[in-house]
Amino acid sequence: MSLVKIFSKGLWKENAVFKLLLGMCPTLAVTTSAENGLGMGLATTFVLLCSNITVALLRKLIPAKVRIPAFIILIATFVTIVQLCMEAWVYGLYQALGIFIPLIVVNCLILGRAEAFASKHPIIDSAVDGLGMGLGFTLALFILGAVREILGAGQLLGFSLFGTVYQPMLLMILPPGAFISLGLLLAMMNKFEHR
Amino acid sequence: MDNQLYLSSSPHIHSGETTERIMRLVIYALLPAVLVSLYFFGLPALKVLLICTLGCVVCEALANKLLKQELTIKDGSGALTGILLALNLPASSPWWLALLGSAIAIFIGKMIYGGLGYNPFNPALVARVVLLISFPVQMTRWTAPAPLTTGIDAVTAATPLGEMKMAVMLTGKLPETANSGLLDYFTGNMGGCLGEVSSIALLLGGLLLIYKKVITWHIPVSFIGTTLLVSTIFWLADPGKYANPLFHLLTGGLLLGAFFMATDMVTSPITYKGMLIFGCGCGLLTILIRLFGGYPEGVSFAILLMNAVTPLIDRSCRPKIYGLAEKA
Repeated sequence: MSLVKIFSKGLWKENAVFKLLLGMCPTLAVTTSAENGLGMGLATTFVLLCSNITVALLRKLIPAKVRIPAFIILIATFVTIVQLCMEAWVYGLYQALGIFIPLIVVNCLILGRAEAFASKHPIIDSAVDGLGMGLGFTLALFILGAVREILGAGQLLGFSLFGTVYQPMLLMILPPGAFISLGLLLAMMNKFEHR
Repeated sequence: MDNQLYLSSSPHIHSGETTERIMRLVIYALLPAVLVSLYFFGLPALKVLLICTLGCVVCEALANKLLKQELTIKDGSGALTGILLALNLPASSPWWLALLGSAIAIFIGKMIYGGLGYNPFNPALVARVVLLISFPVQMTRWTAPAPLTTGIDAVTAATPLGEMKMAVMLTGKLPETANSGLLDYFTGNMGGCLGEVSSIALLLGGLLLIYKKVITWHIPVSFIGTTLLVSTIFWLADPGKYANPLFHLLTGGLLLGAFFMATDMVTSPITYKGMLIFGCGCGLLTILIRLFGGYPEGVSFAILLMNAVTPLIDRSCRPKIYGLAEKA
């Protein structure tokens, strides 16, 4: 597989959220606004990139029987780095994402890529795969967050879109709105793809 | 074709029951409540009713077209959903609220699951709850009933249940109207949704449905009975803080819910035993939400929650097959 292909499959063909339905917990929980979605996506991308590289580096050293705990420790290290960095530099976002930053450790997308890709491929391939998958995840979270923010608050990235005429539909930024909008987005995508 | 052999175990006779007939009967049974709401709330009520009914029918036709199905609007279920939804909205609802509700009821409440017969939740209630959570201001701006004869345009008022919740929250005591206003509540002279105000009209329609065998008595009786029983226990324990059972019976959407919403054939259990469990669950949840929940009224939430467990109830109440030994 060429590097371009490895990179682009994560963006659309094997998109973590829209195609594989991985990492649903942060997807549904933090996408109350486009900004939160973007922040969570980028944080996850960073962790995914770093964990894929290190797992690929160490793939011949880690005994098969203890590979999962070993992966988790690697991932947890990078999550801790991300968490401390966010607390230092983007405190507002850090507070908005709350418990879901440490929970990146158990995002099955990251462990899944470590297990399914990085532990079997060389470093460059793994890095590209991590980047592609991470950006695809970010894209999905951004779209979902944007849809929910537009409908639920009448604004996008904090800018008011419709003025005072529009009555925001509160439900969309509450938990049920996450399920409804993700379901409708998936249905729409399947419809256009199977045409 | 005439000499084709039909094989069947028993002589079968068709009851003549069709979806259209049932839907039509339910709509007739709702007429008294509709008329009372028109009398008390006037033109705004008519507007809400028209928008919801037309909106639901158009949305269903649209969904049929999108899904490339046959047109199903003739069975009347879409129109019925529209009327039920309108009866669940305040008369002051702006047009977009009613229209959005219709779209949610039909698209998200019904067609997305495959249409009538496949929806796990009552579509009209799904729409009501979505609107209630999304637009709490518009959904709780009640107009006091202003009969056509008084000549007043509209006065805003709280529902008796809302008033009770506020009073209990602020002072720990019931408002005075809780005991004195019962006759008004019975005829429908109180603030509320279009369809929940008149107990007598709803009773009339509900009895017609039972008489015509569209519904059985199991769900309404167990629903209302449980509500009365639990509220009586609380009332006896502390009559100063908890309203009497008649108040709970006559205010809010209990009668509308018990006769017209909870009995929806698609979303309620099949067996009589299941229906009794279903009704008791609805009643218990309703009164718990009313007395201890964050919302003043709990009927719609209670019914939706019990809709969700209907498949479980059906599984646990499966009738024994004749001739087979029961598993130990």
